[in-house]
Amino acid sequence: MTLAFDLLLALSLLWSGWRTLATPRLDRAIVLFITFGLLMTLAWARLSAPDIGLAEAAIGAGLTGALLLDAYGVLRRPREGP
Amino acid sequence: MTTGLVFAMAGAALFALGVAGIVLIGHLLRRILAFNLMGSGACLVLVGLAQRHDVADPVPHAMVLTGIVVAVAATALALALVRKLHALSGQIELPDDADE
Amino acid sequence: MMVVALVVTLALAFVFFLSGAMLELGPAAIDLRVPVSAHLAQSGVSHPVTAVLLNYRGYDTLLEIAVLLLALVAILAVVGEAPAAPSRAAHPVLQTLGRLATPLMVVVAVYLLWAGAFRSGGAFQAGAVLAAAAVLLHLVGLLAGWSTPRLRLRIGLAAGFALFLAVAAALLKQGSLLQYPPDAAGALILLIECGLTVSLALILAGLFLFLAREEGA
Repeated sequence: MTLAFDLLLALSLLWSGWRTLATPRLDRAIVLFITFGLLMTLAWARLSAPDIGLAEAAIGAGLTGALLLDAYGVLRRPREGP
Repeated sequence: MTTGLVFAMAGAALFALGVAGIVLIGHLLRRILAFNLMGSGACLVLVGLAQRHDVADPVPHAMVLTGIVVAVAATALALALVRKLHALSGQIELPDDADE
Repeated sequence: MMVVALVVTLALAFVFFLSGAMLELGPAAIDLRVPVSAHLAQSGVSHPVTAVLLNYRGYDTLLEIAVLLLALVAILAVVGEAPAAPSRAAHPVLQTLGRLATPLMVVVAVYLLWAGAFRSGGAFQAGAVLAAAAVLLHLVGLLAGWSTPRLRLRIGLAAGFALFLAVAAALLKQGSLLQYPPDAAGALILLIECGLTVSLALILAGLFLFLAREEGA
């Protein structure tokens, strides 16, 4: 029973990872990456690693997502200067 | 087929996906996303293989914790470099190598 | 297209063969859980992951905080001398939410730091929650982006690494590297973790805040 849940979680990890790289729109790709981070937190919980789950949720999904969205916002604007 | 093995194989697939993404995709921000996928895949392999007989092992947990924090610092540095490249040249992809 | 087909084929072959190898692995030859739990009483903490991070493999954590500091210095070098941005005020509801959430996040961070000794938690999780609170405050407009750090911020950024290095140097005189005396191990680990939390929070927040400038309108 739990094996079915693990297989489903692993498949959704692979699916969100694939969609992150294959989506044509970049902002959607970044949001899918944040979703991937949260699914990784569930995976760490299934692997009896709550320490890694806490760190992944705060750092992997939260801080990396904020950094990527900030960079996306800057890169979208046209470059000013010479 | 234990929990650890399922996630270890998923981690191997994620790692391969990340490497293929870095090689094939030109857009630098997407390459950074693929690099993070690679890192997560490698962490899953580490902890999943240690867990394959269903008892938690604390040493790979500590290594992966270190790895996640260092990966976010590397991602931040890569993003700073990409932003600098964009500010200086307006491009978001590295120029193709001309035949030398 | 040839390159794409080649790379995809190689990736699929890699996954196939690695998964096959994983399925055929026997039990591990070395089991590190036994020595970890055997010496847990002398390590100063009662959570095995914290013991591995800060006692058995304390050297790796020392190098990790050095690498983080190095990455921050590299980011400062890339960004250069741009002036600090004024903070944009967000919607008042968001600002109130930020003001309500931040004290709670500080309490959660202090709890995670304290609880790392006997359950899941520790310096990294606490520092990450504090850094997330700083990013939240910036996004709602209550904390301005950081420009070139002045003395107080520099001391905070380097304090964790400096403290860890000082403890390691003091212990070096009485034996091997980072071998805590068993009766003082718990206090030393807590001291190092406090320094690590402050430094890690500032470094992780700095990874975001030193880059967050209003470039143009």
